[in-house]
Amino acid sequence: MKPAPFEYHAPTTVDEVTGLLASHGGEAKVLAGGQSLVPMLNLRLARFEALVDIGRVDALRTVARVNGHLRIGSMVRQCDVEESAEIGAAVPLLARATPHIGHFQIRSRGTVGGSIAHADPAAEYPAVALALDADLEIAGPSGTRAVTASTFFTGTWATVLEADEVLIAVRFPVWGEESGFAVDEVARRHGDFALAGTAVGIQLRAGVVVRAAIALFGLASTPVRAAAAEAALVGSAVAGLDLVGIGHAAVAGLDPPEDLHASSALRRRIGAATVTRALGRALEEAGVA
Amino acid sequence: MSTHLVSMTVNGIERHARVEPRKTLADFLRDDCRLTGTHLGCEHGVCGACTVMIDGRATRSCLVFAVQTEGGRVTTVEGLAPDGELNPVQAAFEAEHGLQCGFCTPGFVVSATALLERNPSPTDDEIREGLSGNLCRCTGYQGILRAVHRAAQSMGARQS
Ligand SMILES: Cc1cc2nc3c(=O)[nH]c(=O)nc-3n(C[C@H](O)[C@H](O)[C@H](O)COP(=O)(O)OP(=O)(O)OC[C@H]3O[C@@H](n4cnc5c(N)ncnc54)[C@H](O)[C@@H]3O)c2cc1C
Ligand code: FES
Ligand code: FES
Repeated sequence: MKPAPFEYHAPTTVDEVTGLLASHGGEAKVLAGGQSLVPMLNLRLARFEALVDIGRVDALRTVARVNGHLRIGSMVRQCDVEESAEIGAAVPLLARATPHIGHFQIRSRGTVGGSIAHADPAAEYPAVALALDADLEIAGPSGTRAVTASTFFTGTWATVLEADEVLIAVRFPVWGEESGFAVDEVARRHGDFALAGTAVGIQLRAGVVVRAAIALFGLASTPVRAAAAEAALVGSAVAGLDLVGIGHAAVAGLDPPEDLHASSALRRRIGAATVTRALGRALEEAGVA
Repeated sequence: MSTHLVSMTVNGIERHARVEPRKTLADFLRDDCRLTGTHLGCEHGVCGACTVMIDGRATRSCLVFAVQTEGGRVTTVEGLAPDGELNPVQAAFEAEHGLQCGFCTPGFVVSATALLERNPSPTDDEIREGLSGNLCRCTGYQGILRAVHRAAQSMGARQS
């Protein structure tokens, strides 16, 4: 099918973007990589009076170190994340999540900000942002604000972004030495959204876990932190950890969605298994460092 | 209805047209440029039949609006064989029975070309991963896999 008609704007500054969004009074939508928005327009699952294409706003494409964080502009494309040595070194978890997103032909357009703003419950980047406690920089008509990932996601495809706001950058904390990161997921076919998956960061000191971050995706209407499992890990010696038990603990309180691809119980089992596997790899990497 | 003037280079030729913003790059190529080698299967990013190169990167042309490609450089399957001869990837698809009806073939050829540009001698797994975003409903994938191996060999042989 073909999309319904819309007005098209291609501004070059953030101020113009928010001005345009405001002038359409909630009837305009940001267009970033278009890899989630255009399918919905083509299928006429959505229609908007106007699209504001942020692809020509150069300020949204920068990557910089700021106060122990790596600040990644929202229009940085997923293929750029894949190819950037700087991002790979500073935020390994983001780099490792990237090959799991669709196919390389999707990643050549899809963006960091688009994936997070779209907030698909089974998407990888929102879980990475949540695991790492990233800060999201948002611009609106009255200025900018920063929101932590833990308050950003409010439901399936829903966030705290207002209709006249645009996500301009994501600030990912850079972890120190003796840390390890892994993403593990199960999808029906390579490139599909995951049935369930886990993004993990672990930091050790002298064989003891000092920092643990576990975010699960595909298991609720938003990505979720496995807080109890994290608490059980911190302070424990790596030797003797029961990773299978921690996997089960991580999903214990969840009631995952059910659809024709997987029952709720299957999603929970897959979730537990991905926690165990991701933790194993992250611990191994942290210990080797 | 508002229209926009777009200009882009398609297969090395400057193209200009007035288009509605909602016109996808795929429809621009097929309707305005009369380049019907780019096929449309699903129009929502799943099948890969519409794959073209934009500024050197393989991309779904059904998920990009022509207005977004303003000033860009597009290569379609027609642009991969500019002198009317089959290029090594196309020749390998023919030799290895990598196509039957041919509907999916332009997308596979563009994706395979992009894959081989970045990875001139891919393993079986790398080819499977690289082509996982393209669906074929009739040939079966084994011939396509062999075709990409053959293309890699013949391109490697040409270079050395
Ligand atoms: C075949 C296929 C497979 C895919 N598989 C996966 C997968 O496995 N995992 C995965 O995570 N994703 C997957 N995707 C989606 C892909 O990652 C998208 O790129 C991503 O979800 C959206 O990013 P985008 O830049 O394309 O945003 P767009 O499609 O342009 O926008 C998506 C939504 O976010 C809003 N938005 C975008 N940027 C901003 C911003 N800066 N500020 C405010 N709002 C904004 C838009 O208004 C829109 O509502 C797949 C897509 C396809 C077509
Ligand atoms: S027509 Fe574009 S991916 Fe199917
Ligand atoms: S050759 Fe017919 S769909 Fe692939």
